Amino acid sequence: MPASKYEQPKRSWYKRNEIAVTPILFLLPGVFFFAVYVIYPVFQSFNISLYKWDGLGEAEFIGLKNYQKLLEDRAFETSLWNNLKWLVLYLLAIPMGLFISLFLNQKVTGIRLYKSLFFFPFVISQIVVGLVFSWFYDPTFGIFTKMLGLIGLEIKGGVLGNPTAVTYGIIAAGLWPQTAYCMILYLTGLNSVDPEQVEAARLDGAKGWKMLWYVIIPQLKPATFIAFVVTIVGALRSFDLISIMTRGGPFGQSRVLSYYMFEKALSEYGFRMGYGAAIAVVLFMIMLVFIAYFLWSMYQEEKGAH
Amino acid sequence: MFPTPIKKRTRGWQIGYQAMIPVVLIMWLLPLLAVMLFSIKPEADFVAGDYWSLPSSLEGFKNYGKVFFESDMPRYMWNSIRITVPTVIGCMILSSLTGFALGVYKFKANLWIFFMFIAGNFVPFQILMIPVRDLTLDIGLYNTVTGLVLFHVAFQTGFCTLFMRNFIRALPFELIEAARVEGIAEWRIFWYVVLPLMKPALAAMAVLIFTFIWNDYFWAVVLTQGSETQPVTAGITSFNAQYRAAYHLMSAGSIVAALPPVAMFFLMQKHFIAGLTLGAVK
Repeated sequence: MPASKYEQPKRSWYKRNEIAVTPILFLLPGVFFFAVYVIYPVFQSFNISLYKWDGLGEAEFIGLKNYQKLLEDRAFETSLWNNLKWLVLYLLAIPMGLFISLFLNQKVTGIRLYKSLFFFPFVISQIVVGLVFSWFYDPTFGIFTKMLGLIGLEIKGGVLGNPTAVTYGIIAAGLWPQTAYCMILYLTGLNSVDPEQVEAARLDGAKGWKMLWYVIIPQLKPATFIAFVVTIVGALRSFDLISIMTRGGPFGQSRVLSYYMFEKALSEYGFRMGYGAAIAVVLFMIMLVFIAYFLWSMYQEEKGAH
Repeated sequence: MFPTPIKKRTRGWQIGYQAMIPVVLIMWLLPLLAVMLFSIKPEADFVAGDYWSLPSSLEGFKNYGKVFFESDMPRYMWNSIRITVPTVIGCMILSSLTGFALGVYKFKANLWIFFMFIAGNFVPFQILMIPVRDLTLDIGLYNTVTGLVLFHVAFQTGFCTLFMRNFIRALPFELIEAARVEGIAEWRIFWYVVLPLMKPALAAMAVLIFTFIWNDYFWAVVLTQGSETQPVTAGITSFNAQYRAAYHLMSAGSIVAALPPVAMFFLMQKHFIAGLTLGAVK
């Protein structure tokens, strides 16, 4: 408690209101930056999506016309579908990460080094991952092509040249670092699994899958939540891989909303800022569903903590 | 411990397990090992269509030498450093302030401001792209390192605030109360009591932000162009256009570009993982 007034009648205004004022002063720079560069732009984008604008000249208000055009745009439809594929298939990183972490959760010599090496793909940039995978898939010399060849399969045009296979190929590349991330989350989670509960369950005859499902996975819930958050965000942010591996091709079949928006807004054939902003708004609305869920979960937890 | 410790299994299991880990690891890292192999092969091997055999001669020095002395790579690397280091410092300053404010004080808007930071942190980049690009153009910072740094600092403040605030919440509050009873000014409590305790969290955060920013590609292409300002991730793509079929140079270049975060990870492994898995255990 701050000392009361009558002790020191001449204390400054700041001194008297210190506890109330300090947090405001401390928050000011961070909140200012964040508002200018993150919060306000979100609203600006909503606004821009109602205009026809080449980024240089005068913007022309056209209401919801950009959104109407989106409904008829086949490329937009393809991107939206691909986003859905990304969202669903990217989640595979969670079980895959869990299984690798179970495989590695042992105490043998050198295991620490093995764990770090398994984590490796997450540390390198997606640009390098994309490059590496485009060689991996290369139709003339890629190891993947050679392996398929061994079992008598051939993908026409190579994985990245084939309109049907291409998105799956890129998602597989993205799963590589993402699985590594989920693995590290679960390794940390497994570390804190209550050994007494495991022993008790063992005495009750639980083992293998049953033990995993009923005893271990419930205890890994915080790790799973974070894995879910980062995987969803990662799936909707996929841009780098597409950009380096295919530039949206072949025939625009590997585009997702994030890439399509970039392409439209900063196109070589004249910027279409309004249309790009409309695509971004759609992407944002999809994300908003998840953001609301994340915040709601965190709110429940915050309430529980007080 | 789950699964059952391998030590409790038969000798056969143990040997089988120990033998299996390296095999699985090699399969896991196969695409990377391929790049490493490429980077020490001579050009002649690729011309002859001989991709996967052992190198006919070891040309590691030559390939990496070319990347370092005859390409724009060092320039791009230097730009990456000029972008990454100030961003890390900026984030540490801003978020230790915001984290302290949100972690220590109780006021009405506290949780709302905190949630604003979290929500902003999850936003897709594309919804920010046009306004941020315009803003950067307007203040004359387009295609400058400063423009990119300012945005990165602002955006990462969201994640960093979450990080610092949760860390400060976990500190014993009695420390702060005791200091208040002593009549110590609030900013002094921040500086002399809380900041020293935040060192491990700041270290963990710094390593993470370093990696995130080093690996950023999207904002680099939105806010900068050309080898004067672009970081190494964007550099790799122009390198790719320039040396499309020169796999030996491309792979050496990629490895060089990927090295700093990898080195950071191995040097600061404990902090790195502590940071990434924050919240993964209760």
